Amino acid sequence: MDQLHNYLLIASVLFSLGLFAVITRRNAVAVLMGVELILNSANLNFLAFSRFGGMNFNGHIFALFVIIMAAAEAAVALAIIINLYNNYQSINVDEAGQLKR
Amino acid sequence: MVSNILSWLIWLPVAGMVAILLIPRNKEEVIKIVAAVSTGLQLWLAIMLWLNFDSASGSFQFMENVAWIPSFNISYALGVDGLSLPMIILTPLLSFLCIFVSWKIDRGVKGYFALFLLLDTGMIGVFLALDFFLFFVFWELMLLPMYFLIGMWGGPQREYAAIKFFLYTLVGSVLMLIAILALYFTCGNTFSIPELIEAAPGALEGSIWWGMSAIKVIWILLFVGFAIKIPVFPFHTWLPLAHVEAPTAVSVILAGVLLKMGIYGILRINYPMLPDAVFWFAGALAVLGLINVIWGAMCALAQTDLKKLVAYSSINHMGFAMLGMAAVIAASGLHGENYIAAQAGITGAVFQMFNHGTISAMLFILVGVIYDRAHHRDIDGFGGLARQMPVYAGVTMVAFMAGLGLPGLSGFISEFMCFMGAFPVFRVIVIISTLGIVLNAAYFLSAYKRIFFGELNEKYSGLSEIDGRELFTLIPLAVITLILGVYPGPFLNMIKETMSVLIDQVVLIGNFAVIP
Amino acid sequence: MNIFIEYSLFIYFLPLLAFLVNIFFGKRLPRHGDWVSIGAVLITLALSMAMFAGMLFSYDPDFRVESSFTWISLGDFVIQLGFLVDNITITMLLVVALISSMSHIFSIKYMEGDPLYSRYYAYLSLFTFSMNGIVLSNNLMLLYMSWELVGLSSCLLIGFWFAKKSAADAGMKAFMTNRVGDIGFFIGIMLLFTAIGSVSYSDIFSGVANGKITGTLLTFAGVGLFFGAMGKSSQFPLHIWLPDAMEGPTPVSALMHAATMVAAGVFMMVRLFPIISPDALVFVAYIGGFTALFASTIAITQNDIKKVLAYSTVSQLGYMIMSVGTGAYVAAFFHLVTHAMFKANLFYGSGSVIHAMHHALHKKHDHETDPQDMRNMGGFKEKMPITYWSMLVSTFAIAGVPFFSGFLSKDAILAGSLSFANHHPEHFLLPVFGFGAALLTAFYMFRLIYMTFHNEPQMPELIEEIHESPKEMTFPLVLLATLSFFIFYTLPYFNPFSDHGWFTYVIEAKTSLVHGAPSAHAIAEGIHHSHLPAMIISLLVAGLGILLAWQMYLKRKLSAERYANKFSTLHRLSLNKFYVDELYERFIYTPVLKLAGKIAFLDWDLYDKYVVDGFGKFTEWFADLIGKMDYDGLDQGIVDGTGRSANRLGDILRNLQTGQLQNYILFALFGVILIVIIQTMV
Repeated sequence: MDQLHNYLLIASVLFSLGLFAVITRRNAVAVLMGVELILNSANLNFLAFSRFGGMNFNGHIFALFVIIMAAAEAAVALAIIINLYNNYQSINVDEAGQLKR
Repeated sequence: MVSNILSWLIWLPVAGMVAILLIPRNKEEVIKIVAAVSTGLQLWLAIMLWLNFDSASGSFQFMENVAWIPSFNISYALGVDGLSLPMIILTPLLSFLCIFVSWKIDRGVKGYFALFLLLDTGMIGVFLALDFFLFFVFWELMLLPMYFLIGMWGGPQREYAAIKFFLYTLVGSVLMLIAILALYFTCGNTFSIPELIEAAPGALEGSIWWGMSAIKVIWILLFVGFAIKIPVFPFHTWLPLAHVEAPTAVSVILAGVLLKMGIYGILRINYPMLPDAVFWFAGALAVLGLINVIWGAMCALAQTDLKKLVAYSSINHMGFAMLGMAAVIAASGLHGENYIAAQAGITGAVFQMFNHGTISAMLFILVGVIYDRAHHRDIDGFGGLARQMPVYAGVTMVAFMAGLGLPGLSGFISEFMCFMGAFPVFRVIVIISTLGIVLNAAYFLSAYKRIFFGELNEKYSGLSEIDGRELFTLIPLAVITLILGVYPGPFLNMIKETMSVLIDQVVLIGNFAVIP
Repeated sequence: MNIFIEYSLFIYFLPLLAFLVNIFFGKRLPRHGDWVSIGAVLITLALSMAMFAGMLFSYDPDFRVESSFTWISLGDFVIQLGFLVDNITITMLLVVALISSMSHIFSIKYMEGDPLYSRYYAYLSLFTFSMNGIVLSNNLMLLYMSWELVGLSSCLLIGFWFAKKSAADAGMKAFMTNRVGDIGFFIGIMLLFTAIGSVSYSDIFSGVANGKITGTLLTFAGVGLFFGAMGKSSQFPLHIWLPDAMEGPTPVSALMHAATMVAAGVFMMVRLFPIISPDALVFVAYIGGFTALFASTIAITQNDIKKVLAYSTVSQLGYMIMSVGTGAYVAAFFHLVTHAMFKANLFYGSGSVIHAMHHALHKKHDHETDPQDMRNMGGFKEKMPITYWSMLVSTFAIAGVPFFSGFLSKDAILAGSLSFANHHPEHFLLPVFGFGAALLTAFYMFRLIYMTFHNEPQMPELIEEIHESPKEMTFPLVLLATLSFFIFYTLPYFNPFSDHGWFTYVIEAKTSLVHGAPSAHAIAEGIHHSHLPAMIISLLVAGLGILLAWQMYLKRKLSAERYANKFSTLHRLSLNKFYVDELYERFIYTPVLKLAGKIAFLDWDLYDKYVVDGFGKFTEWFADLIGKMDYDGLDQGIVDGTGRSANRLGDILRNLQTGQLQNYILFALFGVILIVIIQTMV
């Protein structure tokens, strides 16, 4: 049970779910949540390789970095989403196409 | 005696120009007076120069030499000899008179007189410069004011005429510039005309450019440059147009001074620097002279515009001078060392140059006088004016007679000398060109007859007689024509030594063996 | 300085002074300045007479004084001007001064009241000045210069009434025709100068004698110089100006176009005779002989009194020229002198008649009738006795009646031509010309006299108003008529049938300097032998001519009209002057003017417009082309093309750029998958 590939499997499922959410959801908050899932799948991989790959604590350090970065990212992203909402009265990402036009 | 008299001569008009530019636009009288004073002073200087000139010497006098751009061996070198002295007297004289001719200019007075003085400087500079580069600078300097004077104060087609004049002369200048540079690089990196005269015949000997002797190449470049100014057929068509469109005073300067630069240039530069080519080209020069004589006369005969007639008569008269110039080779061994003919021809050419200056100036002023009154120049549109304006008719008679070469007036002697000189060498050409004498008389007399004789045209019964100012501009010229026609001795003495030197430079240094 | 030269200087410069005074101040002077000119010419006359007396006292055929100064000197090219005074000069000076003074005096009344009276006298003085230059000159240069000045003054005086178009035209024609002749003259001078290097007569004479110029060249030079004489002495085909010159005032015609100016050509040929080659002389003789006959055939049908005299002058000048050509140049000069007197007189006489007619017509307020037409005259004999008798004397002289001067000189000329034909039988035409002209001369001169003075008046209403002219006009008539008697030329001898006298003594024939020319002695010998036959024939033909005129115009036994109808073609030719003017018009003036027009068109409308401006246009077109290539081709095509194609590619690619983050991620996903697939395939 305590095998590396189980961890990798769960991480890849998590990654796929996150990617799916990012690609398909129109709601910006949902997209953000997808991004969080992707990040966490990456964390899981770090930790798994740290435990089975003899990499000491390097994996943990990376995971901690990612968590901190994800918090910062969530703060910035939420600020963007609030601004988006202020400008468009919506948090639908499809409507924020001004740069394209 | 003023020191640096030549520099004074050149820069006095510029001083006048600066003064004029400082005067407010509306003080027109003051502007005119300043212009008259500065050209008058210049004329006085020229006369002083003439009185102090040593006619026994054939070399340059009153020389000034200051290094200007030493890295290219360019210097500010001036000097005067018997070839340039006549023009140095003529140019300020005509400029001075022209100020009075243009007294009635009514628009752009300030600009007109300022440009006119600049033109004066350019002309005097060309005749005085002894440095080829300086020569070229003045040559170009003169072009610019001329362009504006024709283009802004001229007749209905003035812009076309000005552009044409400018482009035509510019083509000549470009060719000349190439020749100047060629001489500079082949003859010891110098622009000094006396040094080039020494060095060029030897330095160029034997060099071949593009399958042609370098001497010939440079000759052609320079000749075309000068021929456009003379103007030699077929480079002549700018002249009638520019003369007709230019205001009277500018026509006077064009005919009186600018045309002479071509002949002056050929005698000053081509002859002594490229004596070998003189022998090669003399025949062609005589033929071109013949064509000028006949073609100019025929064209003049057909004109109905009086000013155009006078313009074509210039082409005709320059032909005589070219015949005289070609006569220089008579003094070579090939033609029996006939120094009599060579002296007659080349002195006659210089004399013709001066005489045409005075005579054509008179003619153009006279055309201006009648144009100011009748506002047209159609020869057939007048008739019987001799009774209405007897003084004008009399002065015109003198001018026309001088133009057709009546003995007793200066034009006769110079034409006669040109013919006498060219005859031994170019017998057939001279005999044909004597037809020009008849055609000359034909166009001048028939024009005179149509304007002055017959019944008075009723339209012009109110025409006023020529006034004092106009007479003042004409009488000095008429008197000069008359004096030189009766007693040319002093004038010819003034130039003869220089001409002897020039003949020797051509026939003694020149090698008439066939050059490739 | 020699006294003769001093006198000559005065003679030369006084008329010039008078000219200058009159042209500038004449109008403001009392009597409009005529006394200035008249005074000058009278002093000239006095000085000439003094010189003449001096010549007669010395009585030396070789008398000769010369003086020159350097006019132009350029080292080798030297031209000296100066005076040559010898017997020919002095005689000619006297003739010029005499006729000129007569004209000045005659004009006082003739020109009275003309608005340009002072100008007229100024011109007369200018003429006298230039004519004296021709006479006094010792070189070809001064001769040529004076020659042209004479042409100018003649042009001015012919065109004096310039408001009349015909007068202005005639003046111009005179000048132009003379100029044509002068070209030849000029070429002749150049030939001689080139060969000899001097223009003075003495240098040229010695040069020719030393053989510096010989053969054809010398002949050409002689013919060239003769061309000048042809122009001035109005020889065929340059004779056309002289009849037209009659537009000028009559005293002018008398002075210039009868006696002096037109004689200048003969004078020159006499002066230069020793250097004219025999070949050239033959040409001269033929031109002269032909002109003599040709002009007299025209004169017989003219009705204008002055035209008759004009053609008569042309014919007489032809005589003189022919005489020079046959070698009898002294006879030519003799005829010049006698002719000057009687022909001037005939002109003054005609002037007097015209003056009278003019006034009579003026009184009758008739401005239509031509006062010069002989058909309007007749019967003036009683009314104008002085004019009649003086003209009659001169007519006798010109017709060659014994006891009159013309008989002597004409006889010498005819003898010369006869002797020439004796030596050269192939030239038999020359005496035929001469005698034919003599016949016609007698005829037309008497026709003139009869038509003018005899018969019944043609305009009876006018005859009452015809009066003799005032003294100023009759005085020259009487004086010159007197000088038409033989005695003045044969002193100290009284033989009316021989020209032997002072004249033939002091004017001695010189042998030609050209090699191969007959000596003066041989020529004189020949003339001597031909003297008698020539005299007999000339008396016969003159008598016949007079008889014919008498029968036709006085007795009316022979009808002139009938003959005119019988020979209508000839009559028409003669009346219309053989259409020479028309021929010139047709074959010279018009073509030259047309050619001039064509050349001007070629120059201005073709050459300048298309070639010169064409260069400009071509440059413009070329610049335009280059500009197009530069902008459309290089800039727009290649440079901008790069940008444009990038743009177009961008346009296509921008479609991918949906602006939707999810799409991008999807693309990225596809990309990753693609990479994985490629990775696995490789």
